[in-house]
Amino acid sequence: MTDEPLVLGIETSCDETGVGIVRGTTLLADALASSVDLHARFGGVVPEVASRAHLEAMVPTMQRALDEAGVTLADVDAIAVTSGPGLAGALLVGVAAAKGYAVAAEKPIYGVNHLAAHVAVDTLEHGPLPEPAIALLVSGGHSSLLLVDDLATGVTPLGSTIDDAAGEAFDKVARLLGMPFPGGPPIDRAARDGQATIAFPRGLTAAKDQAAHRFDFSFSGLKTAVARWVEARERAGEPVPVNDVAASFQDAVCDVLTAKAIDACRQHGVDTLVIGGGVAANSRLRVLAEERAAKVGIRVRVPRPKLCTDNGAMVAALGSHLVAAGVRPSRLDLPADSAMPLTLVSV
Amino acid sequence: MLVLVLDTSTPAVTAALADVTPTGHTVTAELRTVDGRAHGELMAPEIDEALRKSGASVRDLVAIVAGTGPGPFTGLRVGLVTAASMGQALGIPTYGVCSLDAIGGVPGQVTLAATDARRREVYWAIYDQAGTRVEGPHVDLPDVVAAKTVAVAVGDGALKYADRLGVKVLDEPRYPVVDTFVRLAAERILAGAPSEPLTPLYLRRPDAVAAGGHKSVLP
Ligand SMILES: [Zn+2]
Repeated sequence: MTDEPLVLGIETSCDETGVGIVRGTTLLADALASSVDLHARFGGVVPEVASRAHLEAMVPTMQRALDEAGVTLADVDAIAVTSGPGLAGALLVGVAAAKGYAVAAEKPIYGVNHLAAHVAVDTLEHGPLPEPAIALLVSGGHSSLLLVDDLATGVTPLGSTIDDAAGEAFDKVARLLGMPFPGGPPIDRAARDGQATIAFPRGLTAAKDQAAHRFDFSFSGLKTAVARWVEARERAGEPVPVNDVAASFQDAVCDVLTAKAIDACRQHGVDTLVIGGGVAANSRLRVLAEERAAKVGIRVRVPRPKLCTDNGAMVAALGSHLVAAGVRPSRLDLPADSAMPLTLVSV
Repeated sequence: MLVLVLDTSTPAVTAALADVTPTGHTVTAELRTVDGRAHGELMAPEIDEALRKSGASVRDLVAIVAGTGPGPFTGLRVGLVTAASMGQALGIPTYGVCSLDAIGGVPGQVTLAATDARRREVYWAIYDQAGTRVEGPHVDLPDVVAAKTVAVAVGDGALKYADRLGVKVLDEPRYPVVDTFVRLAAERILAGAPSEPLTPLYLRRPDAVAAGGHKSVLP
């Protein structure tokens, strides 16, 4: 097999059905079907609704990816699929489909870690990743800091959220402010017209938290503080300065995320920070990370927004990296593992 | 004509191969493991093993028959998405058969076929003396089903609630039968009928509650 393998990636860990195709680190196709609109009225992703949508979308999304790349399943060298972490029922649709494609096309299969795939996707945009690197992954489902020693075999978790994911906090605050789900984009837009004048708490940044939670996050207290602030205003009969609340909340989240990410880089003597996940599309997070990293000589790599959110390309990118690194494929009985540990890049 | 049969509507995870000809059909390999929690792990290795046992290549397949349920959702989807993805990859048609029909009726007797729907309910259908489905598929509490007039009951759901159904329950068939799947799809297979979308018979809406208003955080 060449070091430019043609790899197909399947992603179904949450509400996006994604099929991506890469050759080496070149993106050939990135087909996506989202069930996000079906979840909007529930204010969050409903697992069974997502699973049903994955089943319906799988075959057409695969077809679009193959057409877009101008290849057939017979052409691919390997099939990669997110085997975890994520919603159990949703993962299972993708894993079973990947096995069906692998058996029918007689191809090797790689069950891969969703979070490692969020890191790998950046290679499609910025080329090979310098190792070690620090990765900050933030979305509605996860908020993690990782030390990436070797993307093919070893990722070390440094910290993660101890309550809500960052994206979840965006969703909840957006709902509080009467904005639609998902909350990231509307808060980002409102914040541009506001001032970060309200001092909301920065979770787990106090001196006493440094020992046990230096690289962990907490957004539950922040969310409650915003709710209290808004409600106090409403009870006093005063108007709520929605844009300022959005800007202040967003600033609190991005301040903590970037401060801890830079701290992790310095602690481990690493000069590359990769940011991924849906929240990486946040404009304030990008600016603040660049600003702070530049001051200490750290290079920030953030893929374009479409690659930051969940997609099949990221799974294909990691699969391609694994094939090129000579990692052995997974067995056909590989499980969907909703709690797949970060230390496992593939199974 | 070599046909793959898949069914994951019950704890019996089933993959089988059958040879279908105008004069009849033979099941050449049948893999079945009863484990309601491992559909995803068991299905693909079973297909692999069925092909090996039959000395066949996956490229020999001309069609795939899949049980469309009803059945517990998560497991049911495994068989359907496997059938759909393989059909797409191989460019061969897929045909759906209601999984309760593959348990079916006892010849000459009005039969209740019922499988375990969990949550203390059963998926069920009723078949007349000729084996034609005359009611269902539905999902209900056993007591609702017990009010129906039938001569005999079959299926793991009937066995589980035998004491509440008030009718004679046979030990077999307990799960959908491969031979019956093939028989019910044979006409379509032989005619080369157009591929069918494999739509699962969920019979229940997803559990989901619409987000309510914001709850107060102030005392
Ligand atoms: Zn993600």
